[in-house]
Amino acid sequence: MSVAHTFLGLLESQPRHGYDLKRTYDEAFSPERPLAYGQVYATLARLLKNGLIVVDGVEPGGGPERKRYAITEAGIADVQAWLAQPERPEPYLQNVLYTKVVLALLTGRSATEILDVQRTEHLRLMRELTRRKSSGDLTDQLICDHALFHLEADLRWLELTAVRIDDLRDRLQRSVARDDHRPASPRSATRSTRRANP
Amino acid sequence: MTPQVGPRAWVRELALGARMALAGGPSGWLRAGLTALGVGLGVALLLFAVSVPHAAAARQERTAARDDLSFEAPPPRSDTTILVGTADTHFRDKPVRGRLLQPDGAHPPVPPGLSEVPRPGEMAVSPALARLLASPEGALLRERLDYPIVATIGDEGLAGPAELAFYLGADDLDETGDLVTRRASFGEPRVDRGLDPVLSLLVVVMVVVMLVPVALFVAAAIRFGGEARDRRLAGVRLLGADARMARRIAAGEALGSSVLGLVVGGVIFLVARSFVDRVELFRLSLFPSDVRPDPVLALLLVVAVPVASVAVTMLSLRTVVIEPLAVTRRGGDVRRRLWWRLLLPVLGVALLVPMLGSLSQSGGEFSVTQVSMGLALVLVGVAALLPWAVQAAVRRLRGGPVAWQLAIRRLQLDSSTSARAVMGIAVAVAGAIGLQTLFSSVEANHTMRTGADPDRAEVFISLPVEDGWAGVARFDRAAAAVPGVLTVHSRASQSAVVDPVPGADPGDMVHTLVTVGPCDTLRQLAELDSCADGSLFLVAADEQNHFIAPPEPGATLGFLAPRIDAGEVVLELVDEWTIPTTARTVAGRLAPNGEPTTGVLATPAAVPDDLLATWPGWSMSYVDIEAGDPDVVERLRTLVWDTVPAGSVSLTSPTAWTDEFATVRRGLLAGATVTLVMIGVSLLVGVLEQLRERRRVLASLVAFGTRRRTLAWSIVWQTVVPVALGLVLAVVAGLTVGAVLLKIVNEPVTVDWSVIALVSGLAALVVLAVTALSLPPLFRFMRADGLRTE
Amino acid sequence: MSNALLVATDLRKSYGPTAALAGASVTVRAGEILAVMGPSGSGKSTLLHCLAGIVRPDSGRITYADRDLTGMSDVERSALRRSDFGFIFQFGQLIPELTCLENVALPLRLAGVRRREAERRARAWLAQLEVEDVANKLPGTISGGQGQRVAVARSLVTGPRVVFADEPTGALDSLNGEKVMVLLTQAARETGAAVVLVTHEPRVAAYADREIVVRDGVVHDRLAQALERAA
Repeated sequence: MSVAHTFLGLLESQPRHGYDLKRTYDEAFSPERPLAYGQVYATLARLLKNGLIVVDGVEPGGGPERKRYAITEAGIADVQAWLAQPERPEPYLQNVLYTKVVLALLTGRSATEILDVQRTEHLRLMRELTRRKSSGDLTDQLICDHALFHLEADLRWLELTAVRIDDLRDRLQRSVARDDHRPASPRSATRSTRRANP
Repeated sequence: MTPQVGPRAWVRELALGARMALAGGPSGWLRAGLTALGVGLGVALLLFAVSVPHAAAARQERTAARDDLSFEAPPPRSDTTILVGTADTHFRDKPVRGRLLQPDGAHPPVPPGLSEVPRPGEMAVSPALARLLASPEGALLRERLDYPIVATIGDEGLAGPAELAFYLGADDLDETGDLVTRRASFGEPRVDRGLDPVLSLLVVVMVVVMLVPVALFVAAAIRFGGEARDRRLAGVRLLGADARMARRIAAGEALGSSVLGLVVGGVIFLVARSFVDRVELFRLSLFPSDVRPDPVLALLLVVAVPVASVAVTMLSLRTVVIEPLAVTRRGGDVRRRLWWRLLLPVLGVALLVPMLGSLSQSGGEFSVTQVSMGLALVLVGVAALLPWAVQAAVRRLRGGPVAWQLAIRRLQLDSSTSARAVMGIAVAVAGAIGLQTLFSSVEANHTMRTGADPDRAEVFISLPVEDGWAGVARFDRAAAAVPGVLTVHSRASQSAVVDPVPGADPGDMVHTLVTVGPCDTLRQLAELDSCADGSLFLVAADEQNHFIAPPEPGATLGFLAPRIDAGEVVLELVDEWTIPTTARTVAGRLAPNGEPTTGVLATPAAVPDDLLATWPGWSMSYVDIEAGDPDVVERLRTLVWDTVPAGSVSLTSPTAWTDEFATVRRGLLAGATVTLVMIGVSLLVGVLEQLRERRRVLASLVAFGTRRRTLAWSIVWQTVVPVALGLVLAVVAGLTVGAVLLKIVNEPVTVDWSVIALVSGLAALVVLAVTALSLPPLFRFMRADGLRTE
Repeated sequence: MSNALLVATDLRKSYGPTAALAGASVTVRAGEILAVMGPSGSGKSTLLHCLAGIVRPDSGRITYADRDLTGMSDVERSALRRSDFGFIFQFGQLIPELTCLENVALPLRLAGVRRREAERRARAWLAQLEVEDVANKLPGTISGGQGQRVAVARSLVTGPRVVFADEPTGALDSLNGEKVMVLLTQAARETGAAVVLVTHEPRVAAYADREIVVRDGVVHDRLAQALERAA
């Protein structure tokens, strides 16, 4: 999620201080993982450089968090353009889950274990989100739903993948048992599985 | 490019429908199987029905081919003639056809079913008789028919496979005897007397009453699995078929089911046919080869069943809208119209009314078509009224215990399923009541009171007399010695001419009956204040003997005897006897077997010795036996057989029927039994089908802990309500039909309540049986397996 | 366990050659909402049926409130279901010929409550599930979401201690499914009923307090395992 664009949007509504920007962002968009200060500074610096924001005023005390920022015309245009453009759906997940599962295949581990472990965690989070949803306002509901759907999507992918992988492994094991009595096959997949299954 | 319209497309759609009839995996096959079974049972029954003409004709041909009693002059004796003596007997209540055969020469005619005439003292028997003689129950009969069995009578010599019959070789037949004839061949061209008009009407009514429920049953079978079919049709619509195409596909499905049903029916028919010789219903039995469907009628059936099934399906879809997402039948029951349902029976009665008063036993004609159409319309009208009646009756009901509530609500939502199932019973009951009303009245007219009195004697034995009165007295003593016999009264009678004129034709003179017997016997025949051996009485002309006057005291009686003169039997005067003037006139009474008493009653001492020694004709013994011992009759029969095989032993019955009438009654009872069983089966299949379709609902009821009792009662109520309504309708319709039929044959209208009670009771019994039989599957559904819906 | 309500130990059940349960054990505590997850064909529904006393396992033991459920006769289990359990099925399985009100009143009537009283209580539950306007309609004429809410009302009307729900939102869209789950869990918490919820959807399982996974006829309970390891 683009932090820069979010800042711009926040500034479009009103000029803010650096610390104000970070606080609002954390509360509204990322309560679990607050932004690192370094990222905040870097983002603001880049926006300044590109002329999308300007410094409006300064609080006494120094430091970027004390500066007050305001959006420029160019910044408004940028926000407008970003909102009008759809997000690229991500066909390739860049998260740890994917990595773990691929490793499981290569090292001959059962993917079901990973699934079970992950499911417990996902569900724990999903439970909290569900609880929050029932006691919150509309904004909370929207945020929680969004997270819930994505978490569920992750889990579903994980379940399907686990089944696929275990299935593939079973088939390979059976063909390995057959090939044990035949000369070695040139197929690399078989060889790698033999390496994986001593 | 495959055509979308036109005949080729239609054929494709029909074929698709036919394939879909079998779709759906095991449950689809089960449904298709049930439909095929339902249609098949109906088809099999109808095939049997159209085989009846051939079976009756075949049976008649066989009995005619062996017929050996005729009233024509016998042929002269030659190398190719044979003497045939009747030796029928009975065992328990089964008749045994027996013939004594004595060839005149070396090339006698052979009866059908035998390859040669048995030698004297040897016996050829039918397979059924062979079995009986070999079994322990037939021991008494074996004592009687104590001859070696040398051959079996083939099928072509028997009326039916269950017939008990034998041919016995003889060498001592008296060709002048009453029951002995000489024949040059076997077989008489049978002149079909046919039935009188009233009996014919009865038969037509019987057939219609039997077949209408069967037709309804077949139509109901076609509609099994309606809900699943609706879902399939909706699915087809979803794939792009338009409404007409969907209907054609439905027609194809019906066609497929009915063709399958035809095949199944044919198979059932063939299989049942091979077992038909093991069945004996009311003394009728058939050979499998007899049961052959009339080709024209069978073809009609093969065409009519698929056509009718398509027509029924189209009719039932007329009020239904098949939409891609669902079949609109959801909210509640279709509102039914009364007018056309009432019109049918009214039309039917209207067809019958013009025939009022037109038939009687002696004459009158009727149009078979008119009667059958009229009757069929009334019966179909009952079937049509039932759904409306059920709907109207349950519409306002509500409340009550859970089982009642479930049942009534089910009926309110969908009265047609149960109404349709009960239709068959209602129609059958209506038909049966109408038929039986006509039947009892006709029966009353066709029976004659014989006047027999079982209190005085139960058994009557009639024998041809040999050895004159001495032979009769001997038999009397022998009969009295049989264990279980209480009293025997024997007499012998012969005809005499009064005041004979020599040379005159005996047919022109006045005849009277002369009866000789001991005082005890004579007391059975007349009111005697005193009697001693040597007494003689004249029976006065009065009411009991229809005012036949006895001869005057002092009149001369002339006795005739048969003589063979140039190959012909001639009667000649052989003796004369004058009645003493001291003969008293007494009042006669009916004999124990109901015969009126007339003429002269004489004790043996009153009759001249030479006359007594050559007394011809028949003797009659009235035997009173111990109640409750069936073997006594058999022992008496054996005694009679040993004395002279042509004797007859009969039991009291206060009435006698004509033969044809008895045959009709037997056929009626057989048909009614089969129809009721079939209807019971269709009801059961309907209930089971319903259970299957409501599997999921049942599962949820079970989950909530519904008691078995509750569910069972709800099924009972669901069946009882339509049945009760159906019975009411049926009784009303039946009584109306009965009244109309009685008026047609000019009889007063009477109501036979016992029949109504019996028929309704039977119908209720069938319903109870069906409900009871459907409980085990219900309870099985309520266990684990019924819940596996995944 | 302190307030264990329904305890199943080593359940085995086969339908013909296939073994649906192969040694499944689970504990349901009073008032908790338990999600039963797992791939289809894993035996989830069979486990539910066994716990509810609808089906008798081939071997193993189930105790409900310290009573031996497996040893009870069919009549006794049936009576128990009438008084203590409630059910929700995936396709509602409402009786099509009864009105919604009569459907909800049915469990009460089966338990012997008079019709008027049963229908009064049923109406109150329909109101709580926000479907009182369909009281006099037939189930065939209402939407899926309304139907499931009627089914939920039916499951709670007798005040059961355990509600068994088999894929209750399986046939519904997301919004209707949410509504049903929210109303169900709210009502269950209010009455203190435990809920055994069979589902394969994580978002639905998220309404429960904890989850177990059934795979190949065996129960995997990571929470219980973790607690055991800690103990």
